[in-house]
Amino acid sequence: MKAGHAHFSLPARFFHWLMAPLIVAMLFIGVGMVATVSRLHLTLIAIHRPLGIAIFVLVVLRLIVRITHRPPPLPSDMPGWQRCVAHGSHWLLYLLLFAMPLVGWSMLSAGGFPVHMFPGFDLPPIVPQNPRLYAFLRGAHTWLAMLLFVTFLGHLAAAMFHGLIRRDGVFSSMARGNHAEPAVERRG
Amino acid sequence: MNERPFSLVELARHPGQHLGEIGRLCAIGVVVLAVGGAFVYVAGFAAPNRLSPQRIVNKFETYGGVHAGFRRNHAKGVCVAGYFEGNGKASGISHAEVFDPVRTPVIGRFAIPGPNPVAPDGGTPVRSFALEFELPNHAQWRTGMNNTPVFAVNTPEAFYEQLAAGKPDPATGKPDPAKLKTFYSAHPETQPFQKWVKAHPPSSSFANAAYYSINAFRAINADGDTSFIRWAMVPEAAYEPAKPSGNAPNYLSDELSDRLAQGPLRWHLILTVAAPGDVTNDATQAWPDDRRQIDAGTLTIEHETAQADGDCRDINYDPTVLPDGLKPSDDPLLAARSAAYAVSFNRRISEEAHRPAGQN
Repeated sequence: MKAGHAHFSLPARFFHWLMAPLIVAMLFIGVGMVATVSRLHLTLIAIHRPLGIAIFVLVVLRLIVRITHRPPPLPSDMPGWQRCVAHGSHWLLYLLLFAMPLVGWSMLSAGGFPVHMFPGFDLPPIVPQNPRLYAFLRGAHTWLAMLLFVTFLGHLAAAMFHGLIRRDGVFSSMARGNHAEPAVERRG
Repeated sequence: MNERPFSLVELARHPGQHLGEIGRLCAIGVVVLAVGGAFVYVAGFAAPNRLSPQRIVNKFETYGGVHAGFRRNHAKGVCVAGYFEGNGKASGISHAEVFDPVRTPVIGRFAIPGPNPVAPDGGTPVRSFALEFELPNHAQWRTGMNNTPVFAVNTPEAFYEQLAAGKPDPATGKPDPAKLKTFYSAHPETQPFQKWVKAHPPSSSFANAAYYSINAFRAINADGDTSFIRWAMVPEAAYEPAKPSGNAPNYLSDELSDRLAQGPLRWHLILTVAAPGDVTNDATQAWPDDRRQIDAGTLTIEHETAQADGDCRDINYDPTVLPDGLKPSDDPLLAARSAAYAVSFNRRISEEAHRPAGQN
């Protein structure tokens, strides 16, 4: 493995480890808030909307980083199907992270709900109020969330497989920087 | 780093030589299962006994089946529209723009409780009034009010038990009196509500009833001070009791259109401010009569439309949709109302969307 290209860039690692806990928290908040009648329902919804918009902003920035900073190549001895799954699932993650907040925002717009961010600030609707559109988007928001969670589980399993079984440097390429980089950049 | 490529075939052939790898694979499986299991648990699939909003709505659906496209409760209603004019008197306790001397458009809905969209109006003493205030900058205030100042129960769990006890017997169409008696004797908190209903015969019209917020809310003023409030829409039309029997099945909505044909109807928004120590998390308990009251403005209702094609049809009157300057209190019913209304809304809008075009 070529030492100079083996690791994700610092901005890529920064966005990965900043967003990973936010996204996982978001998925748990989402399924939890619609399944409880306790006061948690209100607390979780109040977090869910602004956090979703924050993730949308972060994923746009991250996409720019992804396009401007080449990720390290996968190990050459990885079987072809694994390389396909790796590339496919990464683009699927980007697509879902981009789509979920937009579907959520559109869904609230189509349902006529205020898209409440924090006291005194509501986002404008981005689609017209329409019950058919709401019904479609509300279903899509749930099913895309399930797909995102399953894709995340696969990503988690694959990361551990690389780190614990293959020990091929793929996990550490995201977990930490090159040896040449200062130690303060160690994250995750 | 990498000693040799991982191979499942090799692992299966000589498991004894790869115990470490097998152990690590199992560890990966355990982590994935634990995270997945936690997700399923939080989503409620693995906890069927937890009171969820879905269970509350399912219970309503046992009353007389699913009436596709209709609200699961307060199914029978009529849409109205008009405006609210604040007068600034409430601006000292809440900085919500709606209380300023401005005109705010409203879309409202009068209804009677129960999941049956063709229930006779005379079958219940309860009437409800829901409002959506459309504030500037995409903000909204939604409220769902009843004509009783207190609610029968004070927790979502007791509400669910009450629903279960009140389920109509398919043979008679009426609830089992024994089950209701058992419920009420186990829930003394229902007594203020029952006493109030006995002492206050229902009004003869949607227009001459007062409607109450049921739950307490927090009002926040420009200085950041919090007051606990309840509100009521108090009619200008004089109260008259309804005839005890012999009313036409739709007399409330028919009477409302007759009145609106004569001219607009008005209510005053009266805010009641709690004193320190008043309970704010118990909808079964009224506050003492001497609490400060603020006439915050006038609601004018000008038009009504059948709900089948009215503007109120596709509104979820979730009482936790509040403008800046109002917040939910610690009343546990508020979160439960929000959660259950959302389930009802999602189900009926989905049913509405799946109807052939033109039949909405």
